[in-house]
Amino acid sequence: MEATGFSILTAIISIPLIAGVVILFLDGKNRDLVRGVGITAASAVLALSLAVFFGYDNYVKTAGGLVEQQMSMLAAGGQLSGTQMFADALAFEQRVVWVESLGIAYHVGVDGVSAPMVLLTGMVAVAGVLISWNITDRLREFMAFFMFLVAGVFGVFIAVDLFMLFFFYELAIFPMYLLIAGWGWVKLREYAAMKLTLYILVGSVFALVGAVAMYFTAGSYFSGPGAEVFRAALASGILPADSGAYSWNIVQLTLAAENGAYAIDILGIEGLSFAKFWFPFMFMGFGVLAGVFPFHNWSPDGHVAAPTAVSMIHAGVLMKVGAFAALRAGVQLLPEGAEAHLPWMVFLTLINVVYGALIAFRQRDFKYVIGFSSVSHMGLVSMGWATMNLTGMTGAGIQMFSHGAMTALFFGVVGMVYDRAHTRDIPSLGGFMKVMPWVGIAFVIGGLTSMGMPGLSGFIAEFPIFQGMWAASEQITLQLGIFELSNYYSVLVIIAALGIVITAAYVLRVAGQVFFGEFDSARFHDVGNIEMTDRIILIILGAPLIILGLYPPIMAPMIESGIRPLIALLGGG
Amino acid sequence: MEFDLWAQLPSVLPEIGLTALAIVVLFADCYGSQATRRNVVYISAVSMALLALVPLIWLPDPALYENGALLWGGMVNYDPLAQIFKVMLLLGGAVTCVLAAGDKGVGDKGEFYLIVIVATLGGMMMSSASDLILVFVALETLSIPLYMLASFRRGDQRSAESGMKYFLYGAFASAIMLFGFSLLYGFTGTTNLAAIAAAMNSLGDGLVAVMVALVMVVLGFGFKIGAVPFHFWTPDVYEGAPTPVTAFVSVSSKAASFALLLRFMTAVFPADLVIAGVVIQDFWINLLVVISIISMSLGNIVALRQTNIKRLLAYSSIAQAGYTLIGVAALQGENPDLAVASVSFYMFMYIFTNLLVFGGAILFIAKTDSEEISDLAGLNRRSPWLALFMTIGLLSLGGIPPTAGFFGKFFLFQAAVNANLVGLALIAVTNAIIALYYYLVVIKVMYVDVGPDDDVAIGIPRVYGWSLGITALMVILLGTIVVTPIYNWATLGAAGL
Repeated sequence: MEATGFSILTAIISIPLIAGVVILFLDGKNRDLVRGVGITAASAVLALSLAVFFGYDNYVKTAGGLVEQQMSMLAAGGQLSGTQMFADALAFEQRVVWVESLGIAYHVGVDGVSAPMVLLTGMVAVAGVLISWNITDRLREFMAFFMFLVAGVFGVFIAVDLFMLFFFYELAIFPMYLLIAGWGWVKLREYAAMKLTLYILVGSVFALVGAVAMYFTAGSYFSGPGAEVFRAALASGILPADSGAYSWNIVQLTLAAENGAYAIDILGIEGLSFAKFWFPFMFMGFGVLAGVFPFHNWSPDGHVAAPTAVSMIHAGVLMKVGAFAALRAGVQLLPEGAEAHLPWMVFLTLINVVYGALIAFRQRDFKYVIGFSSVSHMGLVSMGWATMNLTGMTGAGIQMFSHGAMTALFFGVVGMVYDRAHTRDIPSLGGFMKVMPWVGIAFVIGGLTSMGMPGLSGFIAEFPIFQGMWAASEQITLQLGIFELSNYYSVLVIIAALGIVITAAYVLRVAGQVFFGEFDSARFHDVGNIEMTDRIILIILGAPLIILGLYPPIMAPMIESGIRPLIALLGGG
Repeated sequence: MEFDLWAQLPSVLPEIGLTALAIVVLFADCYGSQATRRNVVYISAVSMALLALVPLIWLPDPALYENGALLWGGMVNYDPLAQIFKVMLLLGGAVTCVLAAGDKGVGDKGEFYLIVIVATLGGMMMSSASDLILVFVALETLSIPLYMLASFRRGDQRSAESGMKYFLYGAFASAIMLFGFSLLYGFTGTTNLAAIAAAMNSLGDGLVAVMVALVMVVLGFGFKIGAVPFHFWTPDVYEGAPTPVTAFVSVSSKAASFALLLRFMTAVFPADLVIAGVVIQDFWINLLVVISIISMSLGNIVALRQTNIKRLLAYSSIAQAGYTLIGVAALQGENPDLAVASVSFYMFMYIFTNLLVFGGAILFIAKTDSEEISDLAGLNRRSPWLALFMTIGLLSLGGIPPTAGFFGKFFLFQAAVNANLVGLALIAVTNAIIALYYYLVVIKVMYVDVGPDDDVAIGIPRVYGWSLGITALMVILLGTIVVTPIYNWATLGAAGL
């Protein structure tokens, strides 16, 4: 799609930023005004992100459009096809040069993977504002920080400049720290907030060093051996006419990757290429935020300690930020490294899936159950990336959206129960279906989604991941010293499928103990049904699960269009 | 070369202006009326801010500085590096004056401003000096006023102790550095920095002596910037000195020293200096890398344990010196202009950032008479603006966007990676995380903790509030839209080296 002068995406970032600043200057005692500004901004952002999603949907589905182009390019192969496909897939682009001498630009755009994420962020933003409707303690500051957080998250999803991606990534972390430390669960909040912040920052700064190294390597490639490639790319319009050899533009860095700029040996070690060395930093650096084992430890504590709105955005969106950035800055920019490392990293993702589910099963605290289930489900996303084929990666893309909505719904449900019952201890709850049927139904829908019940979005996501694992099994081998491991993906997928069984077990257990069974009317005499705002939350987050489950074409072709360039980069169909 | 006064005058015009200002302030303070004396602070601050425009109006001539031409009989450089450091020193001095204004026993004495002006003058001379003699005169013109400032609260034991410590350590370091200078002069018979390098190159021998001189000079610089293992004075002096003085010491002396360090090392020990087959540059780069690593690590780790805000900032400033040294070490790369630009940018943003944090601390200490971090509890409710300003400053020290510190650190790491110092960059980012921990703790205390005086509001005097506000705005702007012009300007700085 052609670059436009002003992009709707710029509005999507600036609205929450401006709203956040405005809210900081409002009278804190006038809560209606604060909430009013908050919900107005969030709704506007949701409306815009719907426009982006359906606008992109339209772009993908136009006859003779993107999809057919991609198919023919995949079939034809050729030197620039992956980069070309990625550049073509970007829509709603806007680019303003920022630091010219370093090739840093404010450059935004969406592709097939990020468009659903933008929609998800919009949904969770509205739900987050609504669930915080009755916060009494320093609502103004809460709302302002929440808006900054939303802006940062949007920024990561729509950044087409790698520097911008880091900028927004770190911008999102600080408000999150304050939100958890200031409004979280008193017992745990300071510890959990600091732990989470440090984990995530450690990951991101290591990735940042990798990115700087990548920038220089690509730059020296384009000003030396790759000058011809660079000129051709400029002439064909893939790169903006004013680009220099050194640039943070992800398209340009992808071009370098595709032409083997990162295949050079470094540290003087034979066979240790730049891509192989830096891939673990880039992928794991962001993978920390996606909860990849063994760096998942911040996540359950963080989720439990956070106030409900933050848990929602955190598990719902922020973990996807990690997975998304790992894909964009890891797999896409260092495909050679991905081919070398993902075959063993897949074991880590398997541990995520099974171990997360097992621990979730053992929890008594309602919120910890959901926290560990997030670890388990995010493992499926990383596992999807590790398949390195279209089916599996598309499934992972859908899983990002599906899990985002589902887990935000779960945390909303937990928050609603806890606000009224003042306990999250599962055995002491019971029979809540009778007093809050909406919440009960929402939990059941979410629970069925997480077990991958056909007809709900979880199935649409998990099935392709498993299918992709089977398909990958024959192609991927892992060299372990003298042993060569082959066909092991099929074993892993069987074990992973067991994770789903455990998921079913803990979901059913929680549903049975919390929502069904005996209602202790003496203890919970003041527990009533939920308010209108809460119902809106449940609808916003629950409806997409059903819609996507019943009608996958609303999202699947889009995500496929975002994955195909990666497939080309990873070496063909 | 024929001496052309009008062509050479702009190079020292800010210094001349500053000297005139010093005289005006001295007389206004001695003979002025009560009202005039009260206004000394504004006279000083506004004049320094206006003088900061001078280097921007009379731009240095590229044809001259790119050929290494010197002015005033080979004493003075006039290039973009000198220019950017002069501007930041003048702005730092101006902000310091305003921040000190309300401080009892400090800001109400006219001589405080006089001393700040003279110290700034010394710092500016350091940033443009190109001769050993002027280097040393400038160093002392900066240092001696700082010793006086540290003991400015004469009646206060802590302040007197701090001044004494600073003086003893400082005099010791100066002496060693001067000895290093004398060795350099002894081998080469010249005091001109560039000529020293040329003369040493033709020595062909005397490796040990050159190394000794080099180590002595580095030691002197290490003291001035407060790098480990020459940092012992920092915490005590920072804690004991009146807070506005601490603020001033932490920025001006450090910035001027880094300007000189860049110039001195590239001029006297350049990459092509090889004595007895040893590339001298490799030696000092490695030395600086080691100093940088220990400074960062020790500063940050010890800072974790601090409960006093001034001591915390002291250790944080040791760590910050370590980060900045990364930029100097990166001079070994193929693109030294990246290194020079990263150091200049870092110092530019560091002056505003540190003054912002100290400005907040000065006001808080003045109002509550406490320097404990735990007493900052609930600052957000006592004075939301003050809490916000300090938060912006701390975030910038920690390197979180959208503040200037993010770009500052980013440029440094970038320069390091470019100079094949990837390991150093990785150590630095690990340190940045440790540092972020204690900065975040302070922010958390201000925003989350509840203190006993939670509802006792802290008022901010109007002028003070404005100057903090402008500084905070600068920190944000330097992290967003004015990054490009400042960075480009800083990049030019390499051309004169």
